[in-house]
Amino acid sequence: MRRAALVPLLAVAIATAARAQTIAITGGTVHPVSGPRIEGGTVLLRDGNIAAVGADVAIPDGATRVDATGRWVTPGLIHLRTTLGLRLLDSGGQEETQEDVAEGEVKAAFNVAEGLDPASMTIPVARMEGITSAVAAPSDGLMPGQAALIDLAGARVDEMLVKSPVAMLADLSEGGKESGGGSRAGAVLRLRRVLRDALEYAQRKEDFRRARIQPLAAAAEDLEALQPVLRGELPLFVIANRRNDIESALRIAREFKLRIALYGGVEAWQAAPALAAANVPVILEPLTDVPSFDGLGARLDNATLLREAGVSVVAAQSDAAHFRDLRQAAGNEVRNGMPWEEALQSVTLAAAEAALVGDRYGSLDTGKVANVVVWSGDPLELSSRVEHLFIRGRAVPLVSRQTELLERYRRLPPTY
Amino acid sequence: MLAGLGDPTYNGSHVMIHVPRYLVAPALAFLGACAVSRGAPTADSLSALRPQYPSTYARRAHPPVLIRNATILTAAGPELKSASILLADGKVAAVGEDAAAPPGATVVDGTGKFVTPGLIDTHSHLGVYSAPGTRSMSDGNERTEPVTAQVWAEHSFWPQDPQIPLAVAGGITVIQALPGSANLIGGRSATLRLIPARTVQEMKYPGAPYGLKMACGENPKSVHAEEGPATRMANVAGYRAAFAEAEKYRKEWDEYLEEPDGERPERDLNLETLAEVLRGRILVHNHCYRADEMAHMMDLGREFGFRIRSFHHAVEAYKVADMLARDSVASSVWSDWWGFKMESLDGIPQNAALLQQAGARAIIHSDSPNAIQRLNQEAAKAMYAGRHAGLQVTREQAIRWITANAAWALGIDSTTGTLEPGKAADVVVWSGDPFSVYSKAELVYNAGRLVFDRNDPKRQYRTDFNLGTSDPGVGR
Repeated sequence: MRRAALVPLLAVAIATAARAQTIAITGGTVHPVSGPRIEGGTVLLRDGNIAAVGADVAIPDGATRVDATGRWVTPGLIHLRTTLGLRLLDSGGQEETQEDVAEGEVKAAFNVAEGLDPASMTIPVARMEGITSAVAAPSDGLMPGQAALIDLAGARVDEMLVKSPVAMLADLSEGGKESGGGSRAGAVLRLRRVLRDALEYAQRKEDFRRARIQPLAAAAEDLEALQPVLRGELPLFVIANRRNDIESALRIAREFKLRIALYGGVEAWQAAPALAAANVPVILEPLTDVPSFDGLGARLDNATLLREAGVSVVAAQSDAAHFRDLRQAAGNEVRNGMPWEEALQSVTLAAAEAALVGDRYGSLDTGKVANVVVWSGDPLELSSRVEHLFIRGRAVPLVSRQTELLERYRRLPPTY
Repeated sequence: MLAGLGDPTYNGSHVMIHVPRYLVAPALAFLGACAVSRGAPTADSLSALRPQYPSTYARRAHPPVLIRNATILTAAGPELKSASILLADGKVAAVGEDAAAPPGATVVDGTGKFVTPGLIDTHSHLGVYSAPGTRSMSDGNERTEPVTAQVWAEHSFWPQDPQIPLAVAGGITVIQALPGSANLIGGRSATLRLIPARTVQEMKYPGAPYGLKMACGENPKSVHAEEGPATRMANVAGYRAAFAEAEKYRKEWDEYLEEPDGERPERDLNLETLAEVLRGRILVHNHCYRADEMAHMMDLGREFGFRIRSFHHAVEAYKVADMLARDSVASSVWSDWWGFKMESLDGIPQNAALLQQAGARAIIHSDSPNAIQRLNQEAAKAMYAGRHAGLQVTREQAIRWITANAAWALGIDSTTGTLEPGKAADVVVWSGDPFSVYSKAELVYNAGRLVFDRNDPKRQYRTDFNLGTSDPGVGR
């Protein structure tokens, strides 16, 4: 049913895009993120990429012009902690709409991508708040599995995928304790065992095949899936909030030479120097500061304190009912002390870099993927809205199931 | 049962439909004025007529406060530029003119700042679902049976919940603390001033009527699926059965109190609360998402002779905004929450603005220990979503969504919710436009008492729980 409802919208999106291969966004205040803002700048999109950015860009004949005078132009926002396309109804008892969980505790081989629903009605809603890319992440267990980075447009999964896997997940927070038999140290012990066995597996595959090896801590496919993590190629996103969990994550990263980022990082401000020294990005929640035993030191200026210490900060809003609030989260970073430019960076370039796609995403630079948003004003301010949105150089109509509901009920009674 | 009547200043005209003679008697008894006729039941003889867990709120004396040269959103009229407001003896003494500071007054320079009434959240579980969120502190849902009108949220409320000062730092001065939505009828709510206190009684808003939490839809029918209700139709049957019993109970008690020579009916705490709803003295707050279910609930009210005071969550209120306006039912809604369950699937960000357009009473509520800290931002999102859709919503209107309209839903609008002379000095000074993401509450006055000062750590209270933890409090 919901696929059927959305097909016309997507058809419109694709048809529009086909006519607009070269687009010149002119006259706006351009915030490339990678450099200073450009007043009255032009952003030229061609064949899905950014062809030029600057104050004096020659506009080719036949380019579609988008007048952004008085508007703000930024890279599309990147949301690094979502279940977009994986979950529609977030709460329990609605498994028909949930695709982010696999069985077991260590599920390194589980990649969410094939369960993604490109027609999910959550995607247009997120887009209308300027979000153009998102990490769709699995959940549950000590190692929930592999996350995928997607662009929020496309009718097929393979059209949406940017990078899959983009990260492996591990949970050293309260949520992972059960996998450790009920204690944090147990979870850390188990994670170490899995990583050690993955190393051993890589060296003794033949012994493993002939069953001439002690049983390992995970299935072969999971140990295989961990190899890129152990080579430092695939980041391990570690869910950790308490300071001692963060320090455990840092220790494990050192021991196994892993590239990690933190998911959550409620008390990361307390470990800021160590995080800066280890070059570990923190993907945190600027709208959450309620103390729990998973982080009694919660505070709203966590992001600011981390930036002041030189830690790379990425803003997220991982509660599924509020993915759309990403820019409000960034705005609140400013409210709580962060410079505006850094807050914008925390939902664009810093996110791209934490996902290891900073060479293609996150800023308005020539050659990067043309995910671009034209805003009516300051993108972090509640009074602003998205006026134009481009994904891979294609204009995406700003419509969703919600805009259709609005139009249906704008006048009462509705005319069904 | 007797909230308000113990307080001689209580003006319950906005709540009461009529006041039977017997209801006045206990108030008189409480005040020591023995005007009850011989033979009538009295507080001495009848627990039902004694004060029921009354408010012990005591306003703290404060020096007069003059806030000058600010932009004032009074929630009662047009925005005032470069205006002043004088707070004295817990009340708004003057607003608008550039009043002179009385002797001993604290003068606040409001240049570049905004002043609004204290924010009121009609839907909070602070204190009943306290932080840290352990199972042992989960005190909001008496899910042992589907109708539990006998439980009162205040008896779960923990005044040391560390979420309380966080909400105060967001400019909240009054909340309705509600039971959860597991039950068809979840119990009584409490309207509380957010102030440091040892007991919930010290926080209880004097004169505020009780609320009754009811819930439609998915929650009760899934929580109680085994023993029932397991369907929406059984939900409605459950409300009807409860109120049918309450109707009988009310009649028995009314007759007994009129003619106390007969046999005294047994006291039933569940039915006592429901009978008070039927008498119009307890206001119904109804968790209800879907438009069609709201219509059922309004019919339920007509069947038993009460009116829903406010729907809560009401994500589909915009579909029946005309009916809600006609029946004077308020809607306490989120700015834009949606999609976390089937009955929330049709939430749209223009909900509040469409209600406003239809002449219905819109309220932005939080239902969240995080969102309550930014209720102003939630109202802003709803206001701008409306404007972007071509619906005219002014700041003057939108500020009412989190102040005056909320006060009405709680039955306390005669004493707070707007900045008018004589109203409680529940006041927030904002660093800038409260509808901007960048603005913060700088000063929060609760009945004139400075309960939060962003620039003075000594005026940022910490609960007992905060002590000795790494919790940094709300200063930064």
